[in-house]
Amino acid sequence: MDITARVKALLIGRFGEQVIKAEERVGLQPALVVAADHLSQLCLFLRDHEETYFDFLSSISAVDDGMESGTFTIVYHLASIPHQQQLTLKVIIPNDRRLDNLPVVPTVSGVWRTADWHEREAFDLMGIYFDGHPDLRRILLPDDWEGYPLRKDYEEAEAYHGISIK
Amino acid sequence: MSMPSVTEKPYQEALRAYEARLAAIGAAEMVINMGPQHPSTHGVLRLQLVTDGELVKEVIPHLGYLHRCFEKHAESMNYGKTIPFTDRMDYLASMNNSHAFVMGVERMLGIEGRIPKRVEYIRVLVCELNRIASHLIAIGTYGIDIGAFTPFMWCFRDREHIMNLLEWASGSRMLYNYIWVGGLFYDLPVGFEERCTEFIRYFKPKLVELDELLTTNQIFISRTANIGILPADVAINYGCSGPMLRASGIKWDLRRVDGYSVYPELEFGVPVGKGAMGSLGDCWDRFKVRVDEIGESVSIIEQCLERLTKELRRTPDFDPRALVPKKINLKAQDYYVRAENPKGELGFYFVTQEKTDVPKRIKARGPSFNNLSVLPELGRGVLIADLIAILGSIDIVLGEVDR
Repeated sequence: MDITARVKALLIGRFGEQVIKAEERVGLQPALVVAADHLSQLCLFLRDHEETYFDFLSSISAVDDGMESGTFTIVYHLASIPHQQQLTLKVIIPNDRRLDNLPVVPTVSGVWRTADWHEREAFDLMGIYFDGHPDLRRILLPDDWEGYPLRKDYEEAEAYHGISIK
Repeated sequence: MSMPSVTEKPYQEALRAYEARLAAIGAAEMVINMGPQHPSTHGVLRLQLVTDGELVKEVIPHLGYLHRCFEKHAESMNYGKTIPFTDRMDYLASMNNSHAFVMGVERMLGIEGRIPKRVEYIRVLVCELNRIASHLIAIGTYGIDIGAFTPFMWCFRDREHIMNLLEWASGSRMLYNYIWVGGLFYDLPVGFEERCTEFIRYFKPKLVELDELLTTNQIFISRTANIGILPADVAINYGCSGPMLRASGIKWDLRRVDGYSVYPELEFGVPVGKGAMGSLGDCWDRFKVRVDEIGESVSIIEQCLERLTKELRRTPDFDPRALVPKKINLKAQDYYVRAENPKGELGFYFVTQEKTDVPKRIKARGPSFNNLSVLPELGRGVLIADLIAILGSIDIVLGEVDR
């Protein structure tokens, strides 16, 4: 049994069937699609369980699934230093793309402190709101920037503070 | 508290909280701006320090002054054209960046196992040369951060030889675009192996000299030992990797863990911090790990040269571009590739789409970005002068922090 299947069994045993939405096996790396509601407890469980010890969060990537799908995907790449394993978790959030209604995901910055900046970056560039984040400011762009540039429907502004940027 | 004005936008509570925090500092405290043009920030990093006299109570980093929209650009061009952009992320180790990127695309294409051995050895050779160059900058500028000028000159003198070698191979001094998907831009120029051997012969005694100049230097030890101690659990929790993590005593090197390219065929050690001059994971340990890694890279280069001049020597019909695909056709999938850069774990997350050679999304995970995020933790309660020593020991490149 590979690590993804093992983690799936562990999570179902701990949190119940509804926590796993799907298991992806299309590409080179399998991934687990998990429910958003208990994300931080789930991550804490994976970090501290002796069979997994996913103590290293490599990255958090926010993906815009495209205009027709109407969803955003947040991808968590975990690594376990004691077990030398890797795991991919995904959370898929439906959203209508309105700028005053961002997709909401619970923060995991309490589990891995490195998530703090990764989540700020996802908020800054893709407009994902991380519920419970201690300091969710923009990180790469100026604080007064309009819109979220990595979204597929992003349109550049004509000017920024009177400077033409087209 | 004032009422929200009509221009108040949603999702700005954290910004308001940050502004309120700075407005409410105590009478004895002062907010000092360090950067973005401060020389010891190694680029355009701005740090806001809340200080009480010489004591730093809080560090608030501000990034983004060098943000060049790598991820947005990557969504508008094919994989081959993105390679020069990866070079500009960690511009002190361009070869390593393109190697990681290229490996990811090759694995998705499934041609990873068919790359000729000579190509793989040349890749490792130039990557390790670049690793030495990057560590030389780290050490040289670290010396200058804490007041030693000589190592800076020595490091740049030796680095210049590496720059010349790599320029000879690729045509460019720092931003190479040399490693391509499926192969290389060109084979090594005739005579490269010999000149590289000559350089190694020259460099080995220089490395000993450099080591003696700083490592056991009492002034240097006083400035770095027991400063900025980073325990291993904190380092892991903050996503620190590379020399930062190894200096805290964790033997974690992706060249060994993942065993990519031809690294499993090569012999090299993984230096870790031991707390020899102070405590485990202090600034001195981070410096020492880099010095030791240069020694290991030298040994890897010697082994590569040995093979490149014997069983894998150049032949007239060898074509390093033989496997370079005309058009990269990938099925829709996603893949996260990671590689050991001089600064730590460099990751690329690819999301591909059908019937086009333009990716849907590329996310770059820069090691400097994560290593820097631990600075507010390390910088709490230290002296301002020590903060400079801590920042220098993290060895960041802003091109990669901001991307």
